[in-house]
Amino acid sequence: MSTTAPPTPAPAPGSAPVAIPVRHYGRWVGAVVVIALLGALVWAFSQGNIDYRSTLDYVTNERIVRGMWNTLLISVLAQLVGILLGVVAAVMRTSANPVTSGVAWLYIWFFRGTPVLVQLLVWYNLSLVFPTVGIPGLATWDTNTLMTPFLAALLGLGINEGAYMAEIVRAGIGSVDPGQTEAAKALGLSPGRTMRRIVLPQAMRVIIPPTGNEFINMLKTSSLAYAVQYSELLLSAVGIYSANLLVIELLFTVSIWYLVLTSVFSVGQYFLERRFSRGYSHGRSRSGGALGRILTNLTPGRTR
Amino acid sequence: MTRHTEAASATDQLMVEARGVRKHYGQLEVLKGIDLEVRNGEVLCLVGPSGSGKSTFLRCINHLERLDGGTLRVNGHLVGFREHEGRLYELREKEVAAQRLDIGMVFQRFNLFPHMTALQNVMEAPVQVHREKPAAARERAMSLLERVGLADKSGAYPAMLSGGQQQRVAIARALAMRPRLMLFDEPTSALDPELVGEVLDVMRGLAADGMTMVVVTHEMGFAREVADTVVFMDGGVVVESGPPADVLGNPQHARTRSFLGKVL
Repeated sequence: MSTTAPPTPAPAPGSAPVAIPVRHYGRWVGAVVVIALLGALVWAFSQGNIDYRSTLDYVTNERIVRGMWNTLLISVLAQLVGILLGVVAAVMRTSANPVTSGVAWLYIWFFRGTPVLVQLLVWYNLSLVFPTVGIPGLATWDTNTLMTPFLAALLGLGINEGAYMAEIVRAGIGSVDPGQTEAAKALGLSPGRTMRRIVLPQAMRVIIPPTGNEFINMLKTSSLAYAVQYSELLLSAVGIYSANLLVIELLFTVSIWYLVLTSVFSVGQYFLERRFSRGYSHGRSRSGGALGRILTNLTPGRTR
Repeated sequence: MTRHTEAASATDQLMVEARGVRKHYGQLEVLKGIDLEVRNGEVLCLVGPSGSGKSTFLRCINHLERLDGGTLRVNGHLVGFREHEGRLYELREKEVAAQRLDIGMVFQRFNLFPHMTALQNVMEAPVQVHREKPAAARERAMSLLERVGLADKSGAYPAMLSGGQQQRVAIARALAMRPRLMLFDEPTSALDPELVGEVLDVMRGLAADGMTMVVVTHEMGFAREVADTVVFMDGGVVVESGPPADVLGNPQHARTRSFLGKVL
């Protein structure tokens, strides 16, 4: 054989045959069809009666950017409330005390079973039921003053999220080998410490991936808070387009921001998952999710 | 239990004292009245066919299983229950946790905490339960790992260790609580044959140091060599017990003979 390597040298008689992997011609055909369809779709949209220049101009609009930060703020805070409530409700669900687990069941049943938009509106209009709130004999507040759009959005989104998180955390707790609890018991660890130090850290591996999905959902679900006048992305867009009537243009603007936010946090989720699979595999995480697989495949030394 | 009246002097030297211990799962009676004593410093091996109740009995000793009848005392104290006016009241989980501090346990499947290194596994209970200073606990954990021959693996996660190494870490983890009694639940049954020896060696060392041990095992060689007493259980009862030379060498009951004929 020469050093310049001619294309596919025929095996010399008597030498071992060269193994050639399956050729996936269908993939090339598929890729061409998909690209053609996408191109046609993009072309159709570009010919539509939409002022794309405005869409792009408004991406950096001060009001839109402020709305983006508010979306981020309410999403992070509501998700934190959700995680906290979810862990508490999940631990309560596993309790041997029927009252404790019953309360948790009722909470999950109710808040998963009713639309989050309705929940948001009920929190916002809580003064219909409780005109004032306070500590008897100490202080009272007017509910309408207290229930700002921000608080209504936080309670509505956070408490709703808690019900979903509870199921995720419960599945995580259920995934931990009962032998772990036994070993902790045998060492004299109290039930609470066993949960905090032994079970929950291991449950994290199962809890983190769906929680990332929940947060990415939350980024978009938080747009419902525009119904309670919380000035997140969507309400900012509504405020602008109700004046200049660039409705679809502005909706595309906020969609760009939502895509940016969800993309950024998908990357973050990949690294979180990798961190929490520590101690289970010898090297790289095998449950990287779609993006993780992309990142893995982009690095040299890919196997497939 | 009404028939339970033992002399106080006898309890002084008894580490474990079981009287008529019963346990059932639904209709199935697993333990049909076990009477058994383990003296201070004694090594007792529980042998018998699977399903004979030996593991269940072992788990009753530190109240991982709640017994349904009879009494079980460790170091003179009822396990998992409080006696009041002739009745037994089950203790709360927190109170049981405190009782277990004197009892170390080693499991068939190791049950190391996979999210912690070997060192962290050994340090966990002393720091979390005894509130030892991390520096002191770390030093002691290192010396325990050294004792089981794994000082160089202190930073390894369980997934990176062989079964034999994991089980030795598990023994070190149990010893870190300075137990007065060690329970072993088939400690070598999940190991590849060539890894059994290293675990038995550690257990031999423990026995030589005078640790009181109750070992559920299928390793007849170990039982013959290390045990002071061998107890043969079958069908939820103690069939016979005595020095290994008698029970293993010259069994009196047909069931013992038939079992030993299969495993030896």
